[in-house]
Amino acid sequence: MKTDVYLYILVMAAVTYLVRMLPLTLIKKEIKNTYLKSFLYYVPYVTLSVMTFPAILSATGSIWSGTAAFAAAVILAYFRKSLLQVSIAACAAAFVADLFLV
Amino acid sequence: MKHRLEPFKFGLRDGIPIALGYLAVSFSFGIMAKGAGIGTLEAAVMSFTNLTSAGQFAALGIIQSGAPLLEMAATQLIINLRYCLMSCSLSQKLSGNMPFFHRFLMAYGVTDEIFGVSVCREGVLSPFYTYGLLCAAVPGWTLGTVLGAVSGDLLPERLLSALNVAIYGMFLAVVIPPARESRVLAGIVLVSMAASLVFSSVPFFSEISSGFRIILLTVLIAGGAAYLFPRKEESHED
Repeated sequence: MKTDVYLYILVMAAVTYLVRMLPLTLIKKEIKNTYLKSFLYYVPYVTLSVMTFPAILSATGSIWSGTAAFAAAVILAYFRKSLLQVSIAACAAAFVADLFLV
Repeated sequence: MKHRLEPFKFGLRDGIPIALGYLAVSFSFGIMAKGAGIGTLEAAVMSFTNLTSAGQFAALGIIQSGAPLLEMAATQLIINLRYCLMSCSLSQKLSGNMPFFHRFLMAYGVTDEIFGVSVCREGVLSPFYTYGLLCAAVPGWTLGTVLGAVSGDLLPERLLSALNVAIYGMFLAVVIPPARESRVLAGIVLVSMAASLVFSSVPFFSEISSGFRIILLTVLIAGGAAYLFPRKEESHED
């Protein structure tokens, strides 16, 4: 018998929500342990860096446009441009690079 | 009222690049869902209730093959375990005085992008900032899914592929400015990217799924950094 798609969706939504919700509701106090605090402070920087690179290089039509997007984003972010500006610059760089290359 | 509206507006503004990136990714998800024989409404419900990219892409294969529900649960648990780490980190940014129900609502929005942008805000995080992000990101994610499923090949491919980097551009905009201020953070960003490159290109390592790679590297590198460079008592530098 074929399982209903909505049953699958229900199961996956429940698991995903619990994974997100439990730590947020169970950890109510400020963590005092310096090591743990430092670890949690560093988590986003590692996670975001790992997710961005090298994935950005292969996210577009070619590695060259991916590299162009990466370079544009790094330069603008270095000069503290806003999230939106950096994102748009990355997209524009990828788009223009692909126009010339592909 | 101002203390709610203000962060909400900031969140909405910062949510635009997230929504753009989501639109592109969920568009391709919609196309794939259709290819896997999943209806447009089903795909939209999945996107709205799950709000996660890797987990949903993996789910398509599982549904298509008619695998047991337990397999679905286990796969989602492993792929999305990184959210657990993120929620732990996010819990430290919340005010103790905040009404408790906010935590249940905010939990829904712990995605890579919303978490990344929320947690790097200075000081205590207002839930209304996160709600602002959600109000931009969730429609982007759900609408993109529907558009992808309905009109797979309406947008020019070139535009879609360029939109794919929106999310990464945003991540860089989150991690690089603080890395300018702190050598430790700069080192962490570089080491993380280098390790990620190794894990994605060296045989054996590259067989590790991307969800698990993120958890593994996060635990190793953030753990190592915490051991080598524990942060001084004050919780925020600002």
